[in-house]
Amino acid sequence: MYTQGLDQRSDTAPTGDDAERLAAFRQRIDAEEKIEPKDWMPVEYRRTLIRQISQHAHSEIVGMLPEGNWITRAPTLKRKAILIAKVQDEAGHGLYLYGAAETLGVSRDELVEQLLNGRAKYSSIFNYPTLTWADIGAIGWLVDGAAIMNQLPLCRCSYGPYARAMVRICKEESFHQRQGFEIMLTLCRGSPEQKRMAQGALDRWWWPALMMFGPNDTDSKHTAQSMAWKIKRFTNDELRQKFVDVTVPQADFLGIKVPDPDLRWNAESGHYVFGSIDWNEFHEVLKGNGPCNRERLQARRSAHENGAWVREAAAAYAEKHPARRAAA
Amino acid sequence: MSQQQWPLFEIFIRSKSGLSHRHVGSLHAADAAMAIDHARDLYTRRGEGISIWAVESKSIVASDPAESASLFEPAADKIYRHPTFYDVPEGVDNL
Ligand SMILES: [Fe+2]
Ligand SMILES: [Fe+2]
Repeated sequence: MYTQGLDQRSDTAPTGDDAERLAAFRQRIDAEEKIEPKDWMPVEYRRTLIRQISQHAHSEIVGMLPEGNWITRAPTLKRKAILIAKVQDEAGHGLYLYGAAETLGVSRDELVEQLLNGRAKYSSIFNYPTLTWADIGAIGWLVDGAAIMNQLPLCRCSYGPYARAMVRICKEESFHQRQGFEIMLTLCRGSPEQKRMAQGALDRWWWPALMMFGPNDTDSKHTAQSMAWKIKRFTNDELRQKFVDVTVPQADFLGIKVPDPDLRWNAESGHYVFGSIDWNEFHEVLKGNGPCNRERLQARRSAHENGAWVREAAAAYAEKHPARRAAA
Repeated sequence: MSQQQWPLFEIFIRSKSGLSHRHVGSLHAADAAMAIDHARDLYTRRGEGISIWAVESKSIVASDPAESASLFEPAADKIYRHPTFYDVPEGVDNL
């Protein structure tokens, strides 16, 4: 999902934490108690969270770019205002999450630096281009839809600040998904050409959206540990299946076709059966070889560099006027 | 790329009059006035607040969770502080 990179790295040896504290920690987790920033936690729990939360934050930030591409070309003023609000929300999501990560003892500057120098991962989905206006519909409907599927259980994550950030984020996401679906619906009820645009967007975004959930469970190294720590509540495949099950009927309603010849309803299991994912493409995109990886990082770097003088000026001003207060 | 990090602020929002300010999260800002501006954009985009407090995180003094057992222990054995400790005989009202 937004933290796919987690499944890529193999981790270092267990920590030397003493057994007693570890046992007490396990007990708290099992009792569904939340862990808060100053509480004792295993080194590996902290490290996993920092990585997961920061990857998630980076994804929100980079995720503004494909949609930002269409703000000046939105078809109506209403759509433009909605898209701006949506993209602004994503910036907010990134900031809530950097804030949650910082409670674990890492600085936002460090994390941003990791993103800009290419060491940090972010969700593969944002390395695909937005070619038509329909892609903006498909992103809201499918990408935000998949994000919601993943994020709802994270509201119950064992780490308090992450769980609270997710509650906030989830409240905002459902507008994102609905506005996307509405764009798709408008196109599908429009001219044949508009409907073709909607179909094209579904064709382009369907498989990358399924990849957002990360590798199959059999190939996901960290799922078991993350589930034991209650960072994660469902496996990648469970979430992916849920997403397919709720999304296919929505495509049917729109009257467009999911680009999967193997897709069929299994009445016995009550689930859709779907074709296998091209994991090669997934790994290539994660490695940096997707259609837009370089462009995305370049955009983030230049935004950061071009904004440097603003940060410096604000810091200089704050130093000069230490007593400046907000209007009461 | 070394840079000076803006200080961290904790943000508290009063959602409507009659309720107390409640911690909602943190943010970075160059100074207090900017912290209020950022908090407006970050934490009240949907009318979640009518008042904002920004406190520099380093100004907050917190109790130590490792000591919470002994810190809060004195409250544990004073059950007579709760009204349920007292037997009220049948037939006595308004007590
Ligand atoms: Fe988001
Ligand atoms: Fe979103």
